[in-house]
Amino acid sequence: MILTAIFAMGLYLAVLVLVVGTAFRVVHYVRIPVPLVIPTTPAPITRTGVVVRLLREVVFFESLFKGSKWTWLFGWVFHFAMLMVLLEHLRYVSEPVWLWIVAIQWIGLYAGIAMCLGLVGLAVRRVVVDRIRYISAPSDHLMLLLLVGIGASGVGMKVFWHTDIVALKAFVIGLIRFDWQPLPGDPALLVHLSLVIVLMLIFPFSKLLHAPGMFFSPTLNMVDTPREHRHVSRWGETRTSHRKVASQELKPRG
Amino acid sequence: MVKQEFPVPVITEHLQVPRVQPDAMAETKPFVAKAEFQEALGFPGELVDNWQSVALDKMSELLGKYRALPVFLDSCVKCGACTDKCHYYLGTGDPKNMPVARQDLMRNVYRRYFTFAGRYFPWLVGAQDLTESVLEDWYRYYHQCSECRRCSVYCPFGIDTAEITMAGREILASVGLGQKYANEIIGKVHKIGNNLGLPGPALADTLTGLEEEVEEDIGVKVRFPLDEAGADVLLVTPSADFFAEPHVDGLIGYAKVFHQAGIRWTLSSYASEAANFGIFIGNYDQMQKVAERIRQAALDLGVRRIVIGECGHAWRVAYSYWNTLIGPFDFLDTDYPAPQHVCELTYDLIQQGALTLDPSANDKKIVTFHDSCNVSRGSRMGSTPGGQFTLPRQIIQAVCNHFVDMAPETTHEQTFCCGGGGGLLTDDLLELRVKGALPRVTALKQVVDNHGVTHMAAICAICKSQFSKVLPIYGFDMDMIVSVHQLVGDALVFDSAH
Repeated sequence: MILTAIFAMGLYLAVLVLVVGTAFRVVHYVRIPVPLVIPTTPAPITRTGVVVRLLREVVFFESLFKGSKWTWLFGWVFHFAMLMVLLEHLRYVSEPVWLWIVAIQWIGLYAGIAMCLGLVGLAVRRVVVDRIRYISAPSDHLMLLLLVGIGASGVGMKVFWHTDIVALKAFVIGLIRFDWQPLPGDPALLVHLSLVIVLMLIFPFSKLLHAPGMFFSPTLNMVDTPREHRHVSRWGETRTSHRKVASQELKPRG
Repeated sequence: MVKQEFPVPVITEHLQVPRVQPDAMAETKPFVAKAEFQEALGFPGELVDNWQSVALDKMSELLGKYRALPVFLDSCVKCGACTDKCHYYLGTGDPKNMPVARQDLMRNVYRRYFTFAGRYFPWLVGAQDLTESVLEDWYRYYHQCSECRRCSVYCPFGIDTAEITMAGREILASVGLGQKYANEIIGKVHKIGNNLGLPGPALADTLTGLEEEVEEDIGVKVRFPLDEAGADVLLVTPSADFFAEPHVDGLIGYAKVFHQAGIRWTLSSYASEAANFGIFIGNYDQMQKVAERIRQAALDLGVRRIVIGECGHAWRVAYSYWNTLIGPFDFLDTDYPAPQHVCELTYDLIQQGALTLDPSANDKKIVTFHDSCNVSRGSRMGSTPGGQFTLPRQIIQAVCNHFVDMAPETTHEQTFCCGGGGGLLTDDLLELRVKGALPRVTALKQVVDNHGVTHMAAICAICKSQFSKVLPIYGFDMDMIVSVHQLVGDALVFDSAH
């Protein structure tokens, strides 16, 4: 029961930090002006074009493909596989389980393996390529280890250390309905959940912010029509959440 | 080959990505601006005593003024896609010239003072105190970036190191560490109206000289008007066009185009400069102030159109920023884009059949085209995305029978900087400029060897000056670099009908 309480509280906290922390960051971005038109050109000249540009980046990692084929391969496989795994996991939160989720259950194991392989590829590159080793901080290596840990413990439960997924689902549904049910105490599951909690907790404070951040990147999301439409962004309501502007009074301007 | 005090890189058949060589360029930095030039722009004359807190305050201010800054500093995942994309890394091997590492010089400080992770777990995320050695690194490596944006093309999040560099330079200037070359030039524009400090009477003399020269050459009196109120077009061009080679041949080309098309045009002695080094030092106010002279000149002269000459960053500032900085341009003729690039003007005239061209005049040349970074990745020409690539090429192909493109990974939005852009075109950075030109000259050598290319055309004053200097160092002919409008001017046919 103590175990259930610890993980229940941990998951509540993690979801709260993830959602609120990321929302704060996004609101922070939105409130900072974009004073000048700075899309990386050639850039779309319509809003629809910009949506398409962002979609191509999100779905295909188009720029990364131009930049580095190996990083693209590992990175894209990892992200796409992770998406499949996340969709597969929806069976734990839907009741009754939606049909299309039932239909993709078979993919979970392969996607989990692919996710780990992609991550290992990225981790190896980070160590082997001198340029990437140079730019890596401890957190960059640990982030990959954390994700590999999540993937490997998940795959491990599918293949070797089966856990009681009926009880697990009852636990998850119980969390959603604030009616706690006991969590199975299998070590692999506890490791898996612990790492997921850590990942959610660090999300808003780490480079994982690239996920929401890319939608606010002015080089990607601006329409290239500065001559046709006068871009005006007011400076003045600017502020920073972390440090007071001490010596400089910001003047409003057009 | 000209003798140099540093080893000139050897051009290999294909560009090699160098191994990381820490501190390879640690000795290279530009001269610091003297007090009088700093103060003229409203910056402290020398490094202030409390520079650390001033710098952090400035950083805080910029983080709240430019959304790109926090988004770029937060979002990098250190994927490494940009690490082999910067011409300065490719030419020097100094790891701090990898775009992500250049950003990290600021990102590490940002994390230390502005983020939860960096404040409590600095060792984990590589956060760093803003120490004197970090400040020195900022001065060095934010002046080893030409703000060319090539890295942003490959970044999955569009992170543009140029924005970080601009912020870095803005912070450096605000603590008293401005760069001599850029800040002196901005001062000259404020005082005299152009980067060279060429006063009105001298400019008038120069233009008269050009009129005589052209008349002698082709027997037609092509005018170079200055300060003529009531002209249709105000031409604003980089001041290098007035006297530097090969720039001046481009100016002669514009004049011939105007002449044959029968367009009444004028230069302005008050706004005799298209370049705007405000962008290089990342200072919005300076950029606005420099641009304001052109709006004023256009109003004073009562022109209906503003046309910009061949200048890379000037076109980015004019195309992307002017409407925000000094617009709206409701006093100009709405039938034409405001501002308009001289290539757009010439291209339209060619389409209309308004120019009589004989491309065989350029038959001795086999021409390639160097896409300038600010035009390619920071602007547009014409009405469709990518017009900045097609228009100049179609102009060249209309006036030359022999045109060859360089390798696709070195043209269009993937073009390599000439090595001298972004406020680095100064002799105190010559080693950097030579090494930074390596990727471009490697691609150039391929088309020289395989296709017999004799000339490289460009539409940027900085590119032209830079190549005039570095091409001979690499064993090429200095005269290889030409203005696009020199080719146009040479192909224009003048007869008694005109």
